[in-house]
Order: sequence, then structure tokens, then C-alpha cells
Amino acid sequence: MFSLASIATMGACIFLFGLFFALNLNFTYIMKNVESNVGITVFFNEGLDQASIDTIGQEIRNRTDIVTKCNYVSADEAWESYIAEYFEGNTQAAEGFKANKDNPLKHSAHYEVYVNEIEKQNELVNYIKGLEGVRNINQSQQASETLSTINRLITTVSMLLIIILLAVSIFLISNTISVGVSVRKEEIGIMKLIGATDTFVRLPFILEGILIGLVGAAIPLTALYFLYNQAIEYILTKFSVLQNFMNGLQPVNHVFQFLLPVGLILGMGIGFVGSFFTIRKHLKV
Amino acid sequence: MITLDSVSKSYEKGKPAIHNISLHIDKGEFVFVVGDSGSGKSTLIKLLLKELNPSSGTIFVNGKILNKLTRRQISKYRRSLGVVFQDFRLLKDRNVYENVAFSQRVIEKPNWMIKKRVPEVLTLVGLADKYRSNPKELSGGEQQRVALARALVNRPKILLADEPTGNLDPKNSNEIMKMLEEISECGTTVLVVTHNKGIVNVMKKRVIHLRKGVIISDEKEGIYVEN
Ligand SMILES: Nc1ncnc2c1ncn2[C@@H]1O[C@H](COP(=O)(O)OP(=O)(O)OP(=O)(O)O)[C@@H](O)[C@H]1O
Ligand SMILES: [Mg+2]
Repeated sequence: MFSLASIATMGACIFLFGLFFALNLNFTYIMKNVESNVGITVFFNEGLDQASIDTIGQEIRNRTDIVTKCNYVSADEAWESYIAEYFEGNTQAAEGFKANKDNPLKHSAHYEVYVNEIEKQNELVNYIKGLEGVRNINQSQQASETLSTINRLITTVSMLLIIILLAVSIFLISNTISVGVSVRKEEIGIMKLIGATDTFVRLPFILEGILIGLVGAAIPLTALYFLYNQAIEYILTKFSVLQNFMNGLQPVNHVFQFLLPVGLILGMGIGFVGSFFTIRKHLKV
Repeated sequence: MITLDSVSKSYEKGKPAIHNISLHIDKGEFVFVVGDSGSGKSTLIKLLLKELNPSSGTIFVNGKILNKLTRRQISKYRRSLGVVFQDFRLLKDRNVYENVAFSQRVIEKPNWMIKKRVPEVLTLVGLADKYRSNPKELSGGEQQRVALARALVNRPKILLADEPTGNLDPKNSNEIMKMLEEISECGTTVLVVTHNKGIVNVMKKRVIHLRKGVIISDEKEGIYVEN
């Protein structure tokens, strides 16, 4: 009776753990994609000479702890890419348009800077602001902050839930073992009197705890495996837009490569801790 | 082999159950412990088993001081003993065979040895045909013999038997006592608590007589008389 309750709680605990783990993994994955697409654009003071521009570039690249990429885009390149985007393949019109006009983006030479972690973007912006010759910085602050806030929220809430469920699981397993011990109190007493070692008496109970833990972990992991597969398929067919934007989601095998061993070990660990300390408490014969 | 030095044992309330007892028992000796109900015989056995610790005094067994044993050493020490409890302490959810085998399993004997020794010892106590019965289905005397088989199966160096013939008829009692005598002749130290005057007086062994926790007589080839 008690062992059913322990397995159920344990199952819920591992299920939530797996769920949040999968969510978090995908979220981090999406963040990484976004991070490598969202960069900072650094503009210079009007009429800054090429040497100073190079110096700024060098100083940005020096921040190897944050900066992953720093591309220089000249005014002409910026104009070309603008036209290419505007006329979308209509090369003739584009050529004509270009011939008739001066480059209106004369002052739009800039650096495109990419960071490794969105959280550090602000720090880098402040650093670049301090460099001489920098006029203006564009950054997608909003997007980055929202993303990292959501991620942090998910992590905190899931951690909290998991800790609570963990405590409940340990408590229930401990209870199961306590009941088992009191039912077999007489037998344990006789065993001790005819020379059984503590280990010999404890082992069956500890194994029982570990078994409860294993079963309690195996059930939700199996459920998660199928659920996750279904969910991914559903999302990718219903929202094919996402596929392009997010570069896809993490495949189920990738998630379980880590989740399976960690989940099983977590289950056994809970079972072991729950039973080991309970039996220690009861066996001071 | 066994030495008690000024040993006393008091339970929480009341007078001491064992009061300032000193005695020595050699290896291979056969000793009867007699006395009225409540005179402290079972308490003495429990002290030797280290089920209880003395309130004062020291117990030496095989040169070791029982008080100073660690938990691991206590297990090891108990494995050298065979005990027949006054209340048998059989496991009610196992049959006769398993009850005896249990004693071997607990001390991690290999299966082949269990398969050999358990039937042997059950034959010895005359229960070969009842090995599948549950203790609940046995008479008091039969349960007593299961308890004895369990104590003997590990071939102990010391056998502590608390009224091993208390529920047996005279014929069976004689047989069991003969068996214990043979075991002691093979080098096992045997300590038997009993009320059976007839047997004590016939066997001419050492008799330790307790009254109210004190030794009132200790004689070689003694007899059991009330006074
Ligand atoms: N667990 C206990 N708690 C308190 N007092 C006890 C306990 N066990 C025994 N006693 C007391 O200690 C005294 C000696 O008891 P013990 O069991 O050693 O007697 P005994 O000689 O074995 O008697 P019997 O022949 O009836 O078995 C008795 O007065 C008894 O009331
Ligand atoms: Mg008694």
C-alpha cells in the first residue's frame, strides 16, 4: 500500500524532472539559435577614418570572453544588401536604381557583433559605448531579456517543485521501509541474536528501497519518451513556421541520451537514501 | 572458556535479577543451572548471549570481554553460540526446514551446506518427517526440538539451552539430554537450564543452583534438592 504511494510520488517527481529537463533543453537550444542570429550593431562618428574604425574593431574582438564574431560592413556593402533586399532578385531595376543615386547610407558603415551568451550582452554594450569614435549601438535588448527571464523562471519553478517532490518521495519510501521493519521486528530480533550482521539485516530493505526507486523512475521515463515524441511531431506539423525560425527542436533520442541515465540514477538514489537512513535509525539493536 | 566476575544485572525496577555472581566454566564442560522460577536463570543466559548487558561486573568468553565488543564483533561472537530460547522464538511464517535453514542463511553459509546439514540435524532431533510443517501445527515438544535443531545446526562452540526439555515427556527428555551430553563430549561447552530434577540427579554433572539471583551452591556431580 505504502509502496504504491511511494512509487506514484516518485513517478511524479521523475516525470516533472524529465518534463522540465526537456523543456529547458529545448529552450536553451532555441536561445542559442536566437543568440547567434541577434547581434549588436555598432555605428561610428561621421567621418571617422579607417584606422580608427580598425582600432575599434580590434578592441571589440579583444573581448573573446563574450564576442564570438565581429564583422565589418562598409557603407557600400550596407547599401548593396539594402537594395538586394528591397528589389528582391529584380537585378535590372536594382542596377538602375543604384546608378541614379548616391549612396544615401554614407554613414552606415558598422560592425555586426555576435555574443556567446545573451545575458552578457549588456556588459558588452557598456564596454563598446566607452570606446572612442562610437556613435550609436543598436541591440535587440527586449528579445534577449524576455528570453532569459522566461528561462530563469522555468528553471526556478521546476527546481522548487522537484525539491518538494524529492522530499516527499524520500519521506514516503522511508515510511514504506518503516512499516516493513515493524512488521518483521521479531524476525529481525531473532536474526540479530543468532549472529546476523547489520549489513545482512539491512540489505533486503535497502534493495527494496532501490527497487521502488527504479520502478518509480522507469514508468515516468517511458511515458515521457512517448509523450515527447508525440509532442514534437505535433508541434512540427502544426506550426511548420517554427521549424524555420527555431531550427527545429531537440530530437527525442538526444534528450533521452542524458535524461535516461540521470532519471534512473536519481530514482535509485532516492530509494537508497530513503531506505538507508530509515533502516539505520531502526536497527540500533 | 566462560568467566563471570562479580556480575550483577538489575532491570529498571525492583531487586537485581542477578546479584554479584562469579563463576568459571571450562571448555567442553556440561553444566546444569537450576533454581526456582524468577531466580535469574534466563537472565544469566541473556547476559551470555549479550542480549542484555550487565549492570556491573565483567563477562569473559574465550578471553574476550563481552562489554567491549563492537557491533560487528557481537555478530561474530553470537555465531559461535547455539541458543535454545525458553520461548523457542521460531519464525511463524516459515516451515520447520526454513526455520533451521534460517540459522545457517543468517551467517551466510553456502547452499550446499544448508541442504546437507538441515536434514541431518532434523533427523537427529527426530523431526525428519515434519520438515514441511509450520510451527503452529506442531506440539510444544516438537517446537522445542525445532529450536534445538536450529541451535545445533551451526555446530556451536557453546550451547546455551533454556529449558530444552520443558515440554517433553520423560522418554524424549532423556533422549535429548543424552544428545546434549554427546555434543559436550565432542568439545562443545553446554549450559542447560532445567527444572527436571530426575534427569539432573541421574546425570551426575556440575549443578549451579541459583536463588534470588545469587549462587547458593555449585557442585561437581551435584544433585538438585530443594531446601
Ligand atoms: N524484561 C524484564 N523486565 C523487568 N524484569 C524482568 C525482566 N525479565 C525478567 N525480569 C525479572 O527478573 C527476575 C529473574 O527473571 P528470569 O527470567 O531470569 O527468571 P528465571 O529463573 O528464568 O525464571 P523461570 O524459571 O520462570 O524461567 C524475575 O524476578 C523477573 O521478574
Ligand atoms: Mg527462564
